[in-house]
Amino acid sequence: MLRIFIHRLLLGIATVAIVSGIIFAAVEALPGDACTAILQRDASGERLANCRRELGLDRPAATRYAEWAFGAVRGDLGISAHNNKPIASLVGDRLKNTLLLAGCSLALGIPLALFLGVLTGLRRDKFSDLALSTIAIFAMTIPEFVTATVLIFVFSIWLGWVPGIVTASASSPLSAFFPGIVLPVIVLTMVMTAHIMRTVRSSVIDVMSSDYVQMASLKGVPYWHIVFRHALPNALLPAINVIALTVGWLLGGVVVVEKVFNYPGLGHYMIDSISDRDLPVVQAIALIVAAAYVGVNLAADLLAMAFNPRLRTLKARSP
Amino acid sequence: MTGDVLIEVQNLSIGFTGRSGKLLPVLRNIDLGVRRGETVGIVGESGSGKSTLALAMMGYLKHGLRVISGQSVFDGRDLLTMPSRELQRIRGGKIALIPQNSGQSLSPNLRVGAQLTEALALHGKLAPSAFSARVIQLLQQVRLPDPEVIASRYPHELSGGQQQRVAIAMALAGEPEALLLDEPTTGLDVTTQAHILELLSDIAVRFDKAMIYVSHDLGAIARVCSRVVVMYAGEIVLDGDATTVLTNPGHPYARGLLASIPRRGNPDLPMALEGRPPPPGGAGPGCSFVDRCAIAEAPCRAERPGLQPLLAGGRVRCRLPERAESIPTKRDGKPASAGGSFGEPLVRLSNLAISYARQSLVDQLLGRKPQGVPTVDRVNIEIRQGEVIGLVGESGSGKSTILKAVAGLVGPASGEIAYDKSGALPATVEQRRPEQLREIQLIFQNPDESLNPRHTIGQILAQPLQLYFGLSGGALRERSIAILERVRLGAHYLDRLPSQLSGGEKQRVAIARAFAAEPKLLLCDEVTSALDVSVQAAVLDLLDQLRRDNGTTYIFVAHDLAVVRALSDRVAVLYQGRLCEIGPAAAVYSRPCHPYTEALLGAVLEPEPGARPILMAEDNMELSPPAKGCPFQRRCHRKVGSICESTTPPQRDAGAEHVIHCHIPIGELTSAQTVSALGNAGRPHVQ
Ligand SMILES: Nc1ncnc2c1ncn2[C@@H]1O[C@H](COP(=O)(O)OP(=O)(O)OP(=O)(O)O)[C@@H](O)[C@H]1O
Ligand code: SF4
Ligand code: SF4
Ligand SMILES: [Mg+2]
Repeated sequence: MLRIFIHRLLLGIATVAIVSGIIFAAVEALPGDACTAILQRDASGERLANCRRELGLDRPAATRYAEWAFGAVRGDLGISAHNNKPIASLVGDRLKNTLLLAGCSLALGIPLALFLGVLTGLRRDKFSDLALSTIAIFAMTIPEFVTATVLIFVFSIWLGWVPGIVTASASSPLSAFFPGIVLPVIVLTMVMTAHIMRTVRSSVIDVMSSDYVQMASLKGVPYWHIVFRHALPNALLPAINVIALTVGWLLGGVVVVEKVFNYPGLGHYMIDSISDRDLPVVQAIALIVAAAYVGVNLAADLLAMAFNPRLRTLKARSP
Repeated sequence: MTGDVLIEVQNLSIGFTGRSGKLLPVLRNIDLGVRRGETVGIVGESGSGKSTLALAMMGYLKHGLRVISGQSVFDGRDLLTMPSRELQRIRGGKIALIPQNSGQSLSPNLRVGAQLTEALALHGKLAPSAFSARVIQLLQQVRLPDPEVIASRYPHELSGGQQQRVAIAMALAGEPEALLLDEPTTGLDVTTQAHILELLSDIAVRFDKAMIYVSHDLGAIARVCSRVVVMYAGEIVLDGDATTVLTNPGHPYARGLLASIPRRGNPDLPMALEGRPPPPGGAGPGCSFVDRCAIAEAPCRAERPGLQPLLAGGRVRCRLPERAESIPTKRDGKPASAGGSFGEPLVRLSNLAISYARQSLVDQLLGRKPQGVPTVDRVNIEIRQGEVIGLVGESGSGKSTILKAVAGLVGPASGEIAYDKSGALPATVEQRRPEQLREIQLIFQNPDESLNPRHTIGQILAQPLQLYFGLSGGALRERSIAILERVRLGAHYLDRLPSQLSGGEKQRVAIARAFAAEPKLLLCDEVTSALDVSVQAAVLDLLDQLRRDNGTTYIFVAHDLAVVRALSDRVAVLYQGRLCEIGPAAAVYSRPCHPYTEALLGAVLEPEPGARPILMAEDNMELSPPAKGCPFQRRCHRKVGSICESTTPPQRDAGAEHVIHCHIPIGELTSAQTVSALGNAGRPHVQ
């Protein structure tokens, strides 16, 4: 088990390293650089050359990549071209906000999705299943900005229960995000619940019609005992991967939702930085998102392995 | 020694609502009583409703099915209307099921011991403190070695035979009065199957339970049951004692079924039963078998015959049971195509070795060869033009691997495959010339997986015709129809999708596609094992006809030795990817010389009442071949000594192209036969 863990971890680190190279190269390939962003219209001739010399942009790309990468490892992501502040603290604030949003949505969405998925799976083709599954398809297919707009209209403009946009700034304390965070959390929860629930549902249906569940029931095992002991441990395994994908999606910054609610998270910041041509920030956010994806998937694989005796013993026994 | 009636199914009909909203019956008016101490076999083709009936006897209906009429009474009470709490007590406690695929019927997340303990706890016949001792005892009763170790394993860590034994132990845990077995040995290797059947018939005798044994395999039924019920299209068509049903049944369908079973001792092709059963709800007002019946008359079409008692005992659903006896149950005549006169060598496998061991990333970087013993090794076979060579062996014996290597799907690790006059074949498909690709065609086991479900039959056949012969338009269509007719399908199949065909028809399309390329060499991988026997007979007949017409060379792989015999001129017996024996079919089957061939043939079941397989090799799980010596050393019952473990067995020449790889001297090999292939009426003995 430990061997596998270390193996996977090294593989993950290698992936992030390769991705970092790709990000750097991609940003490098874009026309313009930090200096053209800082100087804007004045970016030409002498001034541009001076700026580049100052920021060290005239050095070879490999040197700059090495400097950037080692900085990133130490937690130093460079200076924002837009406002000259350290990127680490700028991005850190947004990351914290994104984590808050993702955390709230997950805390609400995962239990709800598992519950609904199991419920609809067990009550396959009955009214409750058909109704909930239809709602889920709607929740999945309606674009987030539509849901968001409708929710804002109903709950903040019409009923006036919660604010329709978040007014807190990026560096405000977490408490400042309530109650403004409620609507974005609901929008995100709806989308992710629908996805996870549908996976869980079909996997519960598969498992409940599997030979071993049929066998257990022909052995005389009571229904709920079958569900909890024989069916769910197997049915929930596929959910792990979908949850991992969802977490990755949430951490990557849910651009549309953050933009609609004016929520100061990573996605929002990414869009702003792109329009400001603040390339060092774009580069840093891309790296963080990539690392988060890799980390979450690593965690999911290890969890799946821990819960699945088949994977566990297979890997542990083969050298 | 049979007692009172324990299970009584009365006028039971079960159906499901079809897409048109109509109620389609899958069981029709079933009446069946089973007494204590009786062993009843239920046989029928796939879809005949055997499993549905068996499950209904436990009060269980699959999702979507419902009762139309009738009862399933156990010990005086109808299980189909019983509240689920009481049903739970009866299931496992009074009736237990032994399922077909135990690998999938054991919960993957629970250890074997825990699942057995659960069964014990549910039926409360023992104090919890006695559970673990009883678990061990149960595992011993089903003859599992090291019961403690097995109890601590997860299901996927056991071999197929071991899983089946665990399922049997689980069924015995509740000390039930009745045991239901749904295809308990289907999918197991023949030697393993023989062991499990031996165990089951022993249990039937020892525990005096009512046993209901569901199977499509008459050979297995013959081994265990004293009474046999034949089902067709959801009805019972025949019910009688095993000897009568297996030798001289009074129903045309049962007679056709017997004739379509290939026999190990008979080199002739089995007789096909043309047509197929009506789908649920598709039977007309008359006899459901009328479209396939050789002696049908007009009144058969008008009125559905009842299940009448026969004078000699038993019941039959046929208007003309006496006339039915004119239908032959065994085929004499039509032997498979004449052997003897073959052309030049077409394919030569020399010292072929194939390895699936994959290079890890590190190995690739360092340029190291993958470690481990190759899956297939030291295979030498020469195949002449027009010859059919059969490859037999249990699962894992490397049969399909060899085919894949010839087809260019896996590359040999060493050795070579010489083809025709052009020398060694390139290892992979990409390197082969188009001409070679056309000349070597492969047909797979499962047509569902090899035919694209979105393409019509016309499109499927058009592919090779366009690719290899550049046909199009009218010429293409004409040629497609001609090919379809060669596999005995009409032009109206061109626009159908594979999902609209039966299993046998799909396999014919797969064969048609292969023949569209006009191959010189046809590789058949278990092409009949997914089919019912009556359909299998038709496909075998077709393959034989095509070979006769075109002079095509076949490499024919199957695990069923009787099927291989029906078609092959020569047979190669493989164990763990190594050749054991190769020779003319008649020689190999009539006097098996290699100890493994002996064990394999001894385990084959024939639908003869009283036939007893001879058990020799234990059904140990073998994951990989031994690194040196004889591949069969761990299971061999005639092992000479340590030489078998250290030295590769020499080739011994038994004359007439018959070669045996064994350390036993040839004289002893051919003389000291413990099994004779045809007379297998001895006592089983387990090593
Ligand atoms: N859940 C279901 N819903 C609808 N039809 C079903 C269902 N289960 C089985 N059937 C149909 O009922 C018929 C009988 O099925 P059953 O499984 O009893 O056959 P069987 O004789 O056991 O076949 P096999 O040898 O393939 O196991 C088939 O036509 C099948 O398609
Ligand atoms: S009733 Fe007629 S059609 Fe049916 S099996 Fe008997 S003879 Fe054949
Ligand atoms: S070589 Fe030895 S182990 Fe192998 S089959 Fe012959 S006697 Fe048995
Ligand atoms: Mg079945």
